[in-house]
Amino acid sequence: MNETVANGKFGQSVKRVEDARLITGRGRFVDDLVFPGQTYAAFVRSPYAHATIAGIDLASAQDMPGVIRILTGRELADAGLPPLPSGWNLSSIDGTPARVGLHHALAVDAIRFVGEPVALVIAETRDQARDAADTVLVEYQELPTVVDLAAAIADDAPQLHDGIAQNRAFEWEIGSSAAVEAAFAGATRRVTLSLRNNRLIPNAIEPRAINVQWSAFDEAMTIYLTHQNPIGMRGFFAIMLGLPSENNLRVVSPDVGGGFGSKAPAYAEEFAVAFAAKMLDRPVKWTAERSESFLTDAHGRDHLTTAELAMDDNGRFLGLRVHTLANLGAYISTSNALVVSYMYATMLSGQYAIPAIHARVEGVYTNTCPVDAYRGAGRPEAAYLIERLANLAAREIGVDQAEIRRRNFIREFPYQTPLIYCYDSGDYEGCLDAALGLADYAGFEARKAESQARGKLRGIGLSAYVEACGIGPSKLLASLGGGGAMWESCEIRVQPGGSIEVLTGAHNHGQGHQTVYAQIVSERFGVPMDSINVVQGDTDRIQAGTGTYGSRASVGLSAAVHSCDKIVAKGRAIVAHMLEVNLADVVFADGIYSSAASNRTVAFVEMAQAAHGAASFPTDQIEPGLVATSFFDPPNFTYPAGVHVCEVEIDPETGVVEVVAFNAADDFGNVANPLIVEGQVHGGVTQGIAQALWENAIYDPDNAQLMTASYMDYGMPRADSLPEFGLCFWPSPTPVNPLGMKGCGEAGAIGAPPAVINAVCDALGVDHVDMPASPEKIWQLCRAREVS
Amino acid sequence: MSRIELRVNGRNVEVEADGRTLLTHALRDHLRLTGTHIGCDTSQCGSCTVHVDGKAVKSCTILAVQAAGCDILTIEGLASGRELHPMQAAFNDFHGLQCGFCTPGMIMMAIDIVNRHGRPDEATVRAELEGNLCRCTGYHNIIKAVCAGAERMGEMA
Repeated sequence: MNETVANGKFGQSVKRVEDARLITGRGRFVDDLVFPGQTYAAFVRSPYAHATIAGIDLASAQDMPGVIRILTGRELADAGLPPLPSGWNLSSIDGTPARVGLHHALAVDAIRFVGEPVALVIAETRDQARDAADTVLVEYQELPTVVDLAAAIADDAPQLHDGIAQNRAFEWEIGSSAAVEAAFAGATRRVTLSLRNNRLIPNAIEPRAINVQWSAFDEAMTIYLTHQNPIGMRGFFAIMLGLPSENNLRVVSPDVGGGFGSKAPAYAEEFAVAFAAKMLDRPVKWTAERSESFLTDAHGRDHLTTAELAMDDNGRFLGLRVHTLANLGAYISTSNALVVSYMYATMLSGQYAIPAIHARVEGVYTNTCPVDAYRGAGRPEAAYLIERLANLAAREIGVDQAEIRRRNFIREFPYQTPLIYCYDSGDYEGCLDAALGLADYAGFEARKAESQARGKLRGIGLSAYVEACGIGPSKLLASLGGGGAMWESCEIRVQPGGSIEVLTGAHNHGQGHQTVYAQIVSERFGVPMDSINVVQGDTDRIQAGTGTYGSRASVGLSAAVHSCDKIVAKGRAIVAHMLEVNLADVVFADGIYSSAASNRTVAFVEMAQAAHGAASFPTDQIEPGLVATSFFDPPNFTYPAGVHVCEVEIDPETGVVEVVAFNAADDFGNVANPLIVEGQVHGGVTQGIAQALWENAIYDPDNAQLMTASYMDYGMPRADSLPEFGLCFWPSPTPVNPLGMKGCGEAGAIGAPPAVINAVCDALGVDHVDMPASPEKIWQLCRAREVS
Repeated sequence: MSRIELRVNGRNVEVEADGRTLLTHALRDHLRLTGTHIGCDTSQCGSCTVHVDGKAVKSCTILAVQAAGCDILTIEGLASGRELHPMQAAFNDFHGLQCGFCTPGMIMMAIDIVNRHGRPDEATVRAELEGNLCRCTGYHNIIKAVCAGAERMGEMA
């Protein structure tokens, strides 16, 4: 990390601007807000995972102190609240659309996962709402449950949705099966692998919350929402709530305490609360308890995959065949049809030139919480599979895990994969060498011997991931089943006094946008960062936007660059008049306009004054004012890549796996702020190590109860469970945006899991261990090893 | 309803609340000190950590009435005017926060660690922060911030 500074340019480690309010307790999160006439909501949730609702008795609850109204799913549906919307249209191989199980904001007839909301209690205080919710009597008729993916597609499996046989929502494919058949026919070596990518619970530390104000007189609603994409949510809510137009709705996401994908879906609870506020004509607030977060925040991953990799005798990859059962949960969450298809299988080529690839993905309903995007969203599942296969290939051919990768790396860019995507830029071998150097790969055997002397098993694992960020090219995404609209906008307003507002539809919930946007604008205008205010997360302030997910800050920042360029260009025209010189002679550098044809110079701030004064230039040729707006639609995704190297030590007596070293070389393209980017990698790698070793959402196979529904049961990473990481950047700037940035938010969570499991397998000398590599599982393997 | 007298951030205050009201809710709902956050319901995450009579306490683990007569310090009471407490400044300098939601609890806990350990080493800080969850930072820069904050607090003492 280079030296931190308080003010700085693109590429410098500038200390964060947003910290000031957050370290002093002056952040404003949704639950902090209280409005006049505030009421509070609590949900009645099903204790069963699969049941029909035989009846709901509200009598005693309605008499509880402070209760204003209790709503059921039937009432909401009758009042006109439609089922939840889907954000992606996916077609099966046979061309039929995905079979979508209707998802009501409050269950109407049937329950399909434990914790599904059944009724909504609104009361004068939070405690009164919760007390009354506890006394609502719901009569359930229990139905058999199914949790396991393989069991869910059996003929005799309990069926979740009417008309959706074997719980199959879709069967989708990508790539050429004929080409793969031919590749396998010509191959001399092959490896096969079956694995589970474990289900994760996102656990942003701020629970979801919503506070809704409704004004019946002018049919105007304001929603304060913990969301990654408040601007984009406006359209969803306006339609769902039957508002006359989007103009009747303001959505605000103030400070938001982490997202990781889990605050990107359109959730049942939020729609129910907003609809209730409209029915009651009073502000309604709901804040999830952590137990509710565990049960109902969209979960991540949960794949069951089998794959085969065909090779020649030298270990050159010839063909890859993949079949995945993707657990959708009880319903298809907003973006999940995209996550399990085009965000996942498109990345199965990894960093390797594999001429033939075919993947088939079946989406399956089970009695579990709906799954959706979680840090990486499909790319971690792809990277985990291909990077595990690469190590199996190395074992099969009898070469080192670095060598098998070198033999297969893509070396020319742009590179068109057989799976739609076209990689922008990269230097995969350079990155590998940088990571191996950082990890002292050559010295591993000596460290292993030292561990052995202490009775410990030491292993080293590599992963060479590539992913797709900067989502995304609207036209391509629309052609794949999305609604397009994947650009980002940025408006820059320069005030007469020279202060600057930067407004963007991206949303900051930890990424440091307030700092990075200011860094870029400060550098372009040659003005201090403290004259710049970055505004996000409020539809009354922001003209348009599509939010923050998929490491797409580069999209919004590119729009900012274009708006800066427009302002600077307009300034040149104004200054040409001020200096009475030709436009072509005016240059702008370091905040100063000048011309070889004049002794005078004009500072940016003076130009801003003149732009508003409108007295020094002809207003029939140049409009007064100084505002510029840009929309940036990227021509392609960006493809960050990197090599992660994990070293573990295993205690065969206890089965505990300790990560003793973790090093990573990452290509994020140009890095705007190394301090912030390293922080993103720290967090991502930690979540990745945690998936590999500790985190696992477990449903009871007999009754589909979530057994890991608290911080006492779910394996969150804690401060005492990790080593310090060694990081370096190995940038190949992307040509797809003006900043050359690729994105860094998900990389750690993508690169780390296979690196950890490859290290565990190396230590134990086994082909595969499913995640998480828990002490119990590892202890059993150690025992088996001793016996053999 | 109980009438509870507390001293919060150097000010004497009275709260009228149900007997079952947790200290964290008294601070947030009654006194509108919303810098103290609630991240869980099992006293695991540490986001609600405040100081009660000089010691770090998860404010969701005690009732407001149990804190009657106590001297309570919350994140809002740390800085004097615009001058940050050295631990707050260290969190900014070392990028010890991302979304900032766990941060008030982290900072209150960090000061408590320094009060008990002086200048703790990295391993001590990691062990002591086991009861404070952060999902963004992977803890690395928090550890650096706490160690640096401890140095600065030591220099000021």
